[in-house]
Amino acid sequence: MIVMDNANATMTDKQRKARRSRSVAIAVGLAALVVIFYVATIIKFGPAILDRAM
Amino acid sequence: MALADKTTLDTDAPKISEATASDFLALLKPRVMSLVVFTAFAGMVLAPGPINPVIGVVALLCIAAGAGASGSLNMWYDADIDAVMSRTANRPVPSGAVQPGEALGFGLVLSAISVLALGLLVNWLSAAMLAFTIFFYAVIYTMWLKRATPQNIVIGGAAGAFPPMIGWAATANTITPESITLFLIIFVWTPPHFWALALFKSAEYANAGIPMLPNVAGPSATKRQIFAYSVLLAPVGVLPYLQGFAGSVYGVVSSLLGAAFVWHAFRVLVMPDSDSDMRPAKALFGYSILYLFALFAMLLGQGLVERSAFFAGG
Repeated sequence: MIVMDNANATMTDKQRKARRSRSVAIAVGLAALVVIFYVATIIKFGPAILDRAM
Repeated sequence: MALADKTTLDTDAPKISEATASDFLALLKPRVMSLVVFTAFAGMVLAPGPINPVIGVVALLCIAAGAGASGSLNMWYDADIDAVMSRTANRPVPSGAVQPGEALGFGLVLSAISVLALGLLVNWLSAAMLAFTIFFYAVIYTMWLKRATPQNIVIGGAAGAFPPMIGWAATANTITPESITLFLIIFVWTPPHFWALALFKSAEYANAGIPMLPNVAGPSATKRQIFAYSVLLAPVGVLPYLQGFAGSVYGVVSSLLGAAFVWHAFRVLVMPDSDSDMRPAKALFGYSILYLFALFAMLLGQGLVERSAFFAGG
């Protein structure tokens, strides 16, 4: 039986750096998606989509 | 000591990943992706009708991501083959940088995001074609044809031929004879391109157990097939001119380039089986890349000039 508890596992420097690299890439990717969907939505629907009756 | 406190690692246990962002980038096959983006861009520019430049960039990003997803799924499934071939042994999965499950998950998530984004932000015809292309490359080619038949790259070549059609559909939201011609150019180009490579890499393909044509039918039959496809490719490459969506400069240059392709293929045809250096095959492989690049560069250049002239003229 394999028992693994990552909370208690000691990460090596290489593993820590790799995780940070992946985390930064995911953050950049998600931010890019947000920007792309925001800009593309305004372009497809036109600036009038920002007009809202108060 | 409580059971939950134990950290017992052996070779079968899940490992803490050491894969960096650049390892995942390598899973996307950036060089293949750049060719996909290039041909898709050409299709997008040549298609009739307007496309907002930002939406055009979004479409290209989605197509690039979809191509990358295909590459990741391919590397997940083909890790055993990649490990025994010198050309592919350093890929992230066989080298151990990325775990197979990570490549699979990455490919699936990227496939979903790229198809959904293309559908929501551009149009659903191009999204459906992108989804079909990913499925065709990952399942039909990688999982089935590649290990089953020497015709693997003939049929599988369709996956690499779809991008200009997807680019065309992103602009025009249609499939037309012109976009099918762009598909045909890459589709007919693929067999002589890959069989030239397979000729001088036949030992490696045999070692990996892949039934490439030279290993199954022999070098002589492969050379005849290369020549036959090259003779077919030369007129197909001129079709954009004959159909009227490429100019006379394209017509002349593509004819000359097609003739040179046939000449290279003829040199391969008469190459003796005892020639272990296989320079004509290597020359054809290199020339085939130049040929495809030149045709699509001319089409892209012409499309960009026409569009800029349209905007300049109001």
